Parts: sequence; structure tokens; C-alpha cells
Amino acid sequence: MTDDIKAQYELVIGLEVHAQLLTESKIFASDANHFGSPPNHNISVITLGHPGTLPKLNQKAVDLAIRFGLATNSTISPRTVFDRKNYFYPDLPKGYQISQDKKPICVGGEIWVKLKDGTEKAIPLHHTHLEEDAGKSIHDDQSTDTLLDYNRAGTPLIEIVTDPAMRSAEEAGAYLTEIRKLVRYLDICDGNMEEGSLRCDANISVRKWGDPVLGTKVEIKNMNSVRFLQKAIEFEYDRQVSVLEEGGTLIQETRMFDPETGRTYGMRVKESMNDYRYFPEPDLVPILIDEEKLAAERAKMPALPRQLMQKYEGELGLSHADALLLTESKATVAYFEEAIAQAAPKTVANWLTGPVRTWMNESKKELSAFPVSPGVLAALIRLVDENKVSHSAAAQKLFPALVERPDVAPLALAEELQLIQQGNSDVLQALIDEVLAAWPDKVKEYKKGKKGLIGLFVGEVMKKSKGQADPKVTNQLVARSLDNLS
Amino acid sequence: MVEYYLDRIESTSHLNAFLATYADEARSRAAKVDARLANGTAGRLAGMVIGIKDLLCYAGHGVHGGSKILEGFVSQFTATAIQRLIDEDAIIIGRQNCDEFGMGSSNENSAYGPTLNAADTTRVPGGSSGGSAVAVQADLCFASIGTDTGGSVRQPAAFCGVVGLKPSYSRVSRWGLLAYASSFDTIGPITRCVEDAALLLEIMAGGDEQDSTVSQWPVPSYSQYLSIDGSKKIGYFRESLDSEGVDESVKAVLRQSIERLRQEGHTVEPVEFPLAHYYLPTYYILTTAEVSSNLSRYDGVRYGYRSPKAHDLDSLYRLSRTEGLGAEARKRILLGTFVLSANYYDAYYTKAQRVRRLIKEEIERHFQEYDFLLYPTTPSVAFPLGEENSDPIKTFLADIFTVQANVTGVPAISLPLGTDEQGLPVGIQVLAGAFQEEKLLAFARYLEQFVQASEEVPI
Amino acid sequence: MQVDKDTLQKIAQLARLEIQPGEEESLKATLSSVLTWMEQLNELDTSGIEPLTHMSVEVNAFRPDVAKQTLTTEQGLLNAPKRDEQFFRVPKVLE
Repeated sequence: MTDDIKAQYELVIGLEVHAQLLTESKIFASDANHFGSPPNHNISVITLGHPGTLPKLNQKAVDLAIRFGLATNSTISPRTVFDRKNYFYPDLPKGYQISQDKKPICVGGEIWVKLKDGTEKAIPLHHTHLEEDAGKSIHDDQSTDTLLDYNRAGTPLIEIVTDPAMRSAEEAGAYLTEIRKLVRYLDICDGNMEEGSLRCDANISVRKWGDPVLGTKVEIKNMNSVRFLQKAIEFEYDRQVSVLEEGGTLIQETRMFDPETGRTYGMRVKESMNDYRYFPEPDLVPILIDEEKLAAERAKMPALPRQLMQKYEGELGLSHADALLLTESKATVAYFEEAIAQAAPKTVANWLTGPVRTWMNESKKELSAFPVSPGVLAALIRLVDENKVSHSAAAQKLFPALVERPDVAPLALAEELQLIQQGNSDVLQALIDEVLAAWPDKVKEYKKGKKGLIGLFVGEVMKKSKGQADPKVTNQLVARSLDNLS
Repeated sequence: MVEYYLDRIESTSHLNAFLATYADEARSRAAKVDARLANGTAGRLAGMVIGIKDLLCYAGHGVHGGSKILEGFVSQFTATAIQRLIDEDAIIIGRQNCDEFGMGSSNENSAYGPTLNAADTTRVPGGSSGGSAVAVQADLCFASIGTDTGGSVRQPAAFCGVVGLKPSYSRVSRWGLLAYASSFDTIGPITRCVEDAALLLEIMAGGDEQDSTVSQWPVPSYSQYLSIDGSKKIGYFRESLDSEGVDESVKAVLRQSIERLRQEGHTVEPVEFPLAHYYLPTYYILTTAEVSSNLSRYDGVRYGYRSPKAHDLDSLYRLSRTEGLGAEARKRILLGTFVLSANYYDAYYTKAQRVRRLIKEEIERHFQEYDFLLYPTTPSVAFPLGEENSDPIKTFLADIFTVQANVTGVPAISLPLGTDEQGLPVGIQVLAGAFQEEKLLAFARYLEQFVQASEEVPI
Repeated sequence: MQVDKDTLQKIAQLARLEIQPGEEESLKATLSSVLTWMEQLNELDTSGIEPLTHMSVEVNAFRPDVAKQTLTTEQGLLNAPKRDEQFFRVPKVLE
């Protein structure tokens, strides 16, 4: 397939992201919302769909959905209801999923992404709705059975649906990355794609440039990383263009992505056969959300990545790359904000993106596991800014020492390790005088014009001070002393 | 008392009112309750022996919904309404036969055989709470707790000559009630007299954390407010006296009640219900839609019947459900699936919801003018068993007087105010506005007192 | 509304019910006549009338976010037609 041919076709992508909400209990029942429990441990008569059971809505699930809507500039519906989505599958205990169809909790909204070329794009959201997750079916290799575990059944989800507004795998990847960051920021989801707490399905179609009509939509499932999402999109784009170029027609279907081969393949059961027969859930009552409630949720919102980026790049003058790293998670923001209360932002940024980041990579740990508190790091940074310790001494000796002994004040530790630079002129002068007195021949040569010898004198002072002499100050004083000598 | 009822149940087992009796448990509970009675700490229902319909969950006991698909199923929790009775020291004596999942008006749709009307065992007791009504009729328990979605408490109460109360929708928690049509289902008592019904309602009703739809309206002490004040304005359904579809004997009892009320100084007027023609189609569209979804959980996966012939997932579903569910249930599931399906949703389902609103508004307008509405409960007395109606619509018409209260959510009570010339009971129904059970029960008590059920009614 | 064989089969599949060959004709007839009877509602003009979607007047029925263990695994598996110590079992699901 040549690039020329591909260039004739526009790629159109819409994404549906499911995020498991960080609640203690499930959306319609009180069993624990917890990953990794033994099979069928987090269950109840409601979760199992026993006869006579009724759902009861978890307040926190609603709050978290509202929070997401506010963060994405969505319109929060003043009146929102649940609907039943009817279909049969063994992991669906009631034979229907309680979801939202016509009146979702959030309508519209947008997610801003920044692309490699620097452009920013707002990806429009169609809506966000609440629903319950299904259980898990597990293959049993030892028999012809499928095993069913309902721990996950009833976990609260928000489903975030975009308009078909993305045009490249890059955009899709950027969007997914941004969603993941945002839900973690808002503390509504841990964004773990490997464990399935954040899942993404893609709706992909192609059309000739300029064609106002959207092509046949194909849904792709089973991509559990940004990379796989992008691979799947690229494969699917090629596949769809090939089919069309060969004169074939595309069927509206659901295909699975195979991470091993990087290809998508059609499923045996045609999902388009399913008529979900949505109707309003009669066992639940409407949710009314007023201004007061919205104000209360707004007050609880943390600052968002986008606002923080603007602050860090704009007000604080940090580089885009640094700002990006610092706003990577709420934890890094919190650390940074606390540290800059006590030390200069640029320097703090350098230390966080430098030595601290290196520590995180080498020890394979998160910032939350970093033993040095923001205040202590700030104190170390102040030592350097005040010239008490040289930058290299701080980075190579003091920092590692502090990591080992984070309870010790940096100043004390520096003194113990003899890293304090001697900047006191009197003390230095005494040393300088000693040195100049010890090298009279060299002094003469310097005076005759061999200015390079200043390095020798400075070096000797450094040796005498066991490395603690402030090189800059020493240099100045030596130069002055030499000038004063006749 | 327990022994008495256990004996009665034993000796009338041919009526097939009870599917299971909890003899040992009832005896030991009776002993405990006796002890509490002795030291004055007993609950308000102490010693009352109560039977519950096979649609109500009772922890550690079977609940089968009158269906083969739940045969052997043991409930893991107790319905709120029942728990409240138990908390007041009532004794649950057993589980009562009913039409499968509440669908039917004769108790002939039970997978466990029909229940017989004790007044004439060649006739049906009505349904779906047939077992519950016969149990009270034949003195097998003090009272029964049934369920009413389209008349299932009132109609069998009428056929069996006992009192049957359907409270307002959402007055009693549905937690633990096997769902038939979620926006119609109610739990209601079947009793010998109005006073008992009032007390049972008082205990069962009110807010419940488990049910999102249950009303938070406070529960009046119904049993304390059973006398009416002053004269009332009552409307009766004109067509019930004019129509050919209503038996003479039923009309006669209604006429007699109207006469007596007028003699006592109440105003009784005929009332028009222009939308009456549409109650049944509305009811059937919406209830079949809801039941088609509510019964999806019966799939042989986590509990209930699984077909031994199932060899893969598809056959597991199809065979288990087809073999486990009765013909009436399957028919209604198919109808409901159809009305909800994509192309027809607006034409049937949404249309029916709009009409439901109109019907509700119609009855609300009447309650602005009238204190109560008075109708026959059923167009006829109990019909013979096996009187299969090949016309599916005629069977629906038997529900004409009862469904209105379910479509609109208002409370209604059936009172055994007369009999026909053969002595078969005739029930008369009173309706009041939503959450007006206090007034309704007081008026019902009043009616009950001056119209003797045993009186012969001249045609 | 006349229900044809195809429609009946599609509906039956959605509902996971088998139509026995013997009952196909009568079911078609029953469904057709009932659906036709239901169409009487079209005699009513309901333009501008909001569908009545909720019979209860309650709103905002919430539960606090507190986790509780109300059923043990054993109790949950008690009624299972096929099970082992930990799982419910069904015939293999083919993708």
C-alpha cells in the first residue's frame, strides 16, 4: 500500500474510555470495590443478581462523575437517570447492565492535548456517563468450562465518549495519555491500564478527503496501553484503506486487537445483532443536581494540569519540558509546590527533574517513596544557592547522603561531610598568604606575566582547605593578593 | 395457634395453597413468642401466624416464584416487609402457591399445580396470589402477604371472599419481592377483616434503605384511624353497571352497596373514565416490557434450573429458560422483548408511557372531586378451572377493574361485600388517592361493617 | 402488527428462548393479535405529553460509600448449578 494511496484517505477516530472509580464500595451495592481479592469474595445478593434484589446508588460515584465533568468543562445534567442495557452474557448477572442512555450525567466537554509539533487541540467529548462493570470470565484449561468471578461485577465506571474528532494515532495516544493523567489528578481513578482500571475502545473509520459522510465505523477492543492503541489504529487504517481500494465493503463490526501480532481480527459472534432495548431503570430514581452541589464539588477540585502548566511556564518561567514533568502527577505537583515555598522555583525544578528523577528511575520507585521531604530538599537547595556548598558537591555527595539519612538537616550533614565551602575572606586570606609565601618563585613568574599560574595557587588553597574553599571567592582573593604584592 | 394452623394446612392439602410449611421453625418461634407475651415484651403481631406468597424472600428458605426455573433456590436474605412482621413477633408458617412470577389471574400458571378455591374446589381462587387468598379463606393462617401488580391481591381476595389490600405504589419496600413489573409491583396483605389489613400495612410500610423507589412519606398509624368522619362523595364506574361484560350477580352486589351508602347519607354518583378502554393495552405493554428484562436473570448460570441438555453457552441459556419458564411467562417475555426492540420502542413503549401519564392525570382529577371510587373487583365470580380462553385478549379483560390502580399507583382494597346465588363470593373494590390509605381503610371498615358478606343478594 | 417467522425468531434469540416447531404458528398468531390490540393506543393523541418514566416521586436516593461484607463466597455459590470452591462454572464461552 503506497503512501500515495493512503494519502487519499482521512482517518477518523472516536474513543470510548472506561474508568473504574476509586470508591470503597460498588456502584449499586455495598460489596467492596477492591482489586485482587480471592474469587467471588466481593459479592452480595445484589451483585449476583439474586431474585428480589434492588440497586442502591453510591453517592461517591456520582460525586466523582461530577468532578470529572467539571474538570472537562462538560455540562452537568441537572436531571440525570439510569437506563437498562439488555443483553445476555455470563459475566452480566442480571441479564442487563445498569447504564445511562438518553440522559447521561455529563454532556459535552473537552480534553486538551498538545502534539509533538507544539500545537494544542481540544478533543470534544460527546458525553460521560455512569454505569456498572461486569464480572470476569476465565478460561479453565483443565476442562471445557469457563469460570466466573463476580468480584468486578458492579464496580462503578464512568464511560467517556468523544466525538469522532481525532485524525491520527498520535492524537489518539495523546488523548488517552491526557485522560489517564487527568483521572489520576482528580483522584477518581488510578489509571492502571494493565489491571484494567482504565480501558479504551476505539471507533475507527476512513473516508476520502473532502467526503462529508463518515465511513463505516469499526470498533476495536483489547488495547491495554497507549502504544497498543496507536498500533491498532495504524493497522486498522491500513486494513480499511486496503479493503476499500480493492473495491470491497467494510462491515460495521467489533474487532479485537492482538498485541502479539499487532493486527485486528473479527469476532465470531456478530455484535451488531444485539439490540440492547434500552429503557429507563424503574428501580432507580432520578438524580437532581443543583448549583449548590456543583459549587460544593468545584470547591473540592484540585488545580488541574493545564492550569498548572500555564502557571509554571508563564509565571514561573520554567521550560515546557520541565513543566510537563512537574505536572505529571498530583504527587509531583504537591512536592514541587511545597518545596518552592522555601526555595527558588527554577532551582527546585532542576533538582526535581534532575537528581530526584534519576533516583526514581534507578530505584524504580514513585515520588511518594522518595524519603527526602520537600522542606529538607528545599534546605539543601538553599545551601547551594547561598554558596555554602558547591553544586557538584551537593549533587554528588550531599544528595545521596541525604537520601540515606533524610532526618538529618542538610546543613549538619554538610558539615559532617566537610562539604561546607569556606567563603570567609579572613580565613581564606590566611590560607592564601601561606600559599603565596610557600611559592615565591611562582609568584615572581606570575608577576612577570604567567597569569595562568593563578590556577596553581587556587589549587593549593583548595588542598590546604581540604576542598572546602569556595573556588570563586578564592580566585578573586588570590588575584587581588597577587596584585597587592609588589 | 401454630398447631391449629398446621393441622388445618395438613387437612386441606388438596387445595394446594401452601408449597412449603415451616412446622418446626414455627413451633419454636411460637414458644419464644409465648415467653415474650408472658413477660410483656412481645411485639405488636405476637402470635399472628402468617403465610407468605412464593414471591417473597425469606432467608434460609426456598423462594421459587411459582416457577420451575427457581426450583430448589434458597434465599440468602429476607424481604423488608416480611422482616418487619417478624420483628413484631409474627410467625411465618409457610410459602404459598402463586402464578409464575405473578403472571396470571387464576393460579393455573403455577409450575406446582393450581390452587383450588375452598368455596368450590372446581373453581379457581384467582391469581396470582391464589394460594395466599385460599389460605385466609380456608383458615390456614391468620393472614397472608401477597403481591399485586395488576390485581393479584384484590382479584383472588374477591374470588375467595376475603379482604385484599393493594397499597399505593412505593408505600411498601420492594426489597425481597421477586420482580415482575417494577413500576407496578406492590406488596399487600390478605386478611379476614379490614382492621387486620390496616395493622399489617402499618407495620410493613415506610422508608427502607434497600429500595431506592420506596416512599419517604411518614406512615400513619393506620390501625388507629379506622373511623370515618362525615359523609363522603363516592364515584362509581358507570360502565360496571351498564356493561354486558359484568355478571348480574356482581352488579347486584355493587348496586346494593351503592344503595346502602346513599341511605347513610353519602353521595354516590356514576363517573366517566373515557380512557378506560386504554388501561389494559397500556398495562400489558409496560408490564411485558419490564418483565422481559426482570426475568433475564433466570439464565441457569448462578442459580436456579440449568437444563441437563445444555452443552454450550447458547444452549444453556435457551434450554434452561425454555424448559424452566412456563408458557405464559415465555409469551410475555416475547411480547415485552418486541415492544422494547429498537424499531418499535417509540410506537409501543414510549406511547404507553405517555398514555400512562394521561390515565394517572385522569384519576387524579376524579380524586379532586370524589373521596373514593367504587367498582366491582372483577367482572365475574370465580370461574371454573381449566376454562381456557383461546382468545388471549379475553383473558386480559378479566383484569379491567383492577389494573387501573396499578397503572396509576393509587391504593385499592377489595371487600367481600356479597355473594352470588350459589354462594360464591363477590368482591367490591374501593380506591382512594395516592397515599390516602388512612382514609381508604377507614371507609373500607365502615363498608365492611354494614354490608354483611353472607347476605343473599336478590337479583 | 403482523409478526412473521423471521421476527419471531429474532425476538426469541434476543430473549434466549426456543420456539418449538409446534408452537411457532400459535405464537405468531398470539403475538400478532396482542400487538394489534395494543395499537389501540394510537387512537389517543399524546403529542406534547411527557412519558411517565418513574412512578415514584423520590429523587436522589443515595447510599454512603461504605464497604460491607454481606455474603460469604460459600453463600454466594450455594445455589449454583455448577461450581467449585471458588467459581461459578458454565460451558466454555467462545469468542
